[in-house]
Amino acid sequence: MTEMTLVQAVNRGLHEAMKGDPDVLVLGEDVGVDGGVFRATEGLIKEFGPDRVIDTPLSECGIVGTAIGMALYGLKPVAEIQFLDFIYPAFDQIVSELAKFRFRSGGQYPCHVVVRAPYGGGIKGGLYHSQSTEAYFCHTAGLKVAIPSTPADAKGLLLSAIHDEDPVIFLEPKRIYRAVSGEVPDGDHRVPFGSARTVVPGDDVSIFAYGAMVPVATEAAEALRGEGISAEVVDLRTLVPLDEATVLASVEKTGRAVVVHEAARFCGFGAELSAILAEKAFYSLKAPIARVTGFDTPFPYALENVYLPNAARVAHAARATVRSG
Amino acid sequence: MSAAAPAPVPLPQDPAEVARAWGPSARDRARRAFEWMALSRALDARMQALQRQGRIGFYGAAMGHEAINVAAGLLSSREDWIFPGLREQLVALVRGHALGTYVQHLFATARDPARGRQMPCHPTAAEVHYVSMSSVIGTQISQAVGAARAMRARRVPAVALAFFGDGATSSNDFHAGLNFAGVDRLPVVFLCANNQWAISMPVERQSAAPTLASKAGAYGFDGKRIDGTDLFRVWQAIGGALDLARSGGGPTLLELRVFRMTAHSSSDDPTRYQPTDWNERARAHDPVRRYSEWLDRHGWLPLAAQAEVEATADRTVRAAIEEAEATPPPAPATLLEDVFAAPLSDPYAGGTP
Repeated sequence: MTEMTLVQAVNRGLHEAMKGDPDVLVLGEDVGVDGGVFRATEGLIKEFGPDRVIDTPLSECGIVGTAIGMALYGLKPVAEIQFLDFIYPAFDQIVSELAKFRFRSGGQYPCHVVVRAPYGGGIKGGLYHSQSTEAYFCHTAGLKVAIPSTPADAKGLLLSAIHDEDPVIFLEPKRIYRAVSGEVPDGDHRVPFGSARTVVPGDDVSIFAYGAMVPVATEAAEALRGEGISAEVVDLRTLVPLDEATVLASVEKTGRAVVVHEAARFCGFGAELSAILAEKAFYSLKAPIARVTGFDTPFPYALENVYLPNAARVAHAARATVRSG
Repeated sequence: MSAAAPAPVPLPQDPAEVARAWGPSARDRARRAFEWMALSRALDARMQALQRQGRIGFYGAAMGHEAINVAAGLLSSREDWIFPGLREQLVALVRGHALGTYVQHLFATARDPARGRQMPCHPTAAEVHYVSMSSVIGTQISQAVGAARAMRARRVPAVALAFFGDGATSSNDFHAGLNFAGVDRLPVVFLCANNQWAISMPVERQSAAPTLASKAGAYGFDGKRIDGTDLFRVWQAIGGALDLARSGGGPTLLELRVFRMTAHSSSDDPTRYQPTDWNERARAHDPVRRYSEWLDRHGWLPLAAQAEVEATADRTVRAAIEEAEATPPPAPATLLEDVFAAPLSDPYAGGTP
C-alpha cells in the first residue's frame, strides 16, 4: 500500500501496465516530454521511451484513429484525450469504428483501445474544460465506461481496463485528481468491472453516484445521519457494465433512490438508472425516484458552483424522498 | 447504350519493355491479371443485376477501378494490411479470400464470416489482412497509419495500404492520417482512387488543389498522379511506393485517376448530375478494355482466349451465387454476439431476439 492522489494512481496504473506488457503504449497530446497537462503520464517517457509514450500532433481523430490501427494489429494502446470536452473530433472514430469493429467483423477484428479523458467541472474550466458527457458513450453499444472516484479505484479500474478485451472509455474526475489522497495497493491491483462499491451502508435511502459526485454524496449522507436519516451511498464505478444486482439490492432494502451526476439531467445516465429501478424495483419503491444533476444548460463559468450538485442539494433530495413515503 | 462503344485508348507500352520489367514470368502474370479483372467484371455484372431484382440489398461496383485493385492485390505481400474503401473487394480476393465466402457476405448469410452484420461490399477477411470497413468516409486512413506504426513497433517489414476515393481527401482523417504518417515517416501507401465523382460532386468541386497528389507536399512526402486505368503504370507506381515504404523511406500518396463507369452505388442515379458524354469518355478509359486490347494486339492473350477466361469467371460467380442463395440467414440469437468479448447481462441486451 502506498498513499497517493488519484492522478498519481492513474500514473502508477499506466506504469504497472507498461512494465508488465511491452504491447501497452500511451499516446496523446503532451503526454511524453511534458508528462501530460495534469501530469498523469509524468516520467513514463523516461522509463519506456518515445516509441511507447508517443507525443502526437494535435488531432483527436488522429489519436484515436491511429490507436485503433495499433489495436487491430495487436498492440494495447491507451489514448489520452486532454479533456473530455475535446473528444468530439474523435467521436466518429469512437462510435462508428472502435465500438463496432468486433461486431461488424463477426469477431475477426476485436479492437481494444482504452481512451482516457479527464472529465467534469469544479476547476474553473468553463464550457470547454468541464463537461461530463459520459451518457454519449454509454448509449453506444460496444463501449465500456469506467469512472473511478478514489485513488485505489483509479489504479484498479485502469488496470482492468487495459487488460480488458473490449474498448473502454475511462473518465477521470479531474476535480478530485489531487483533492483526495488514499491508500493504493502496490503491484497489479485490479478492480473488476461491473462491481459497484457500497461506500456508506444505510437503510432509509440509496444514493447512487460516480466519479467526483461520490464525495459529494458521502458528505450528504453524513449530514443526513445527523438528522436521523440513514443513507446508503453506492459508487457505481463502471456505468457499462452496470452492477445492476447491487443497485437493485440497495433499493429493495431502502425503498428510496436518489441518483446523482454532474451531467445535464435530460437523457443523462440517471435517466437510465431511474428507468431500470422503475422497471425492476417498482414494488420496493416507497417514494418517487429523485435525480440531482447538472442543469440542462451548457456548462457555465462564473456559476459553476450553482450548476454542480453539492451535498446540500443531494441531502435535500434524499430528505424529500424519505418524507414523501 | 445508344451508340457503339468508343475504341479504348491504347496502352502505349512496348511488350519487350513489359517483359523486361516483369521478368521471366511476365506472360503468366499478365494472364493472371486479366483473370482477376474478368472475375471482377463478372461479379459486378451479376451483382448489379441481382440487386435490381431485389436478391441482394445493395451493391457498389468496382468498374473502372480494376487495374488498381489487381495491381495492389498482386503486389502486396502476405504480411501487408489492407484498409479498404467501397470498391476494393477484389484486393481481398486476389490476396486469397475465397470468392464463395465473399459471395456469402454479399447475400448476408449464416456463412458470411462477418455474420451478415454489414451491407454488401463491406466484407471482412482477416485471413488476408483485409480489415473491416465502415461506410464512414476516411476513417480507415488514420487506422492504416496506426497499423503502420504497430508494424514498425513489432519490427515487421510490412506496409499498410490505405484505399479511399477523391471525396475522402476532404475528410478529417485524410488530414490527420497523412499528417501523422509524415511526421513519423511510417510505412503506409495512400491509394486515392480518384474516379472524379463523390456521388454527385465532381472532383473540381471537391478540392481547388491542382492535383490531389499535390496535397502530399503539405505533409512532407511525395505524391504522384498516375493514370489509374493503365495497369502497367499503376503496377510500377504501387510497386515503387510499397518498396519505398518497406525499406523505411516513408509514405507515398498515389492519386490514381480513373473513370467511375457505373452509378456511385445501386442507390444512385447519375443521369441527374453527370454530363451526357461521361459514359463515352469512361468507356474509352475502361482499364479492362485497354488491357484486353493490349494483350490481344501483342499476342499475349488473344481475344478468343480472353473470352474463355471471361466465360470461366462467369461460371464461377454463378456457382458461388447458387450456393449463397441456398444458405440460410444468420440465426436471430447471433444479434447479441460480438458486441463485447462476452455478452453483458441484461439490461444491455434489450430483450431476447
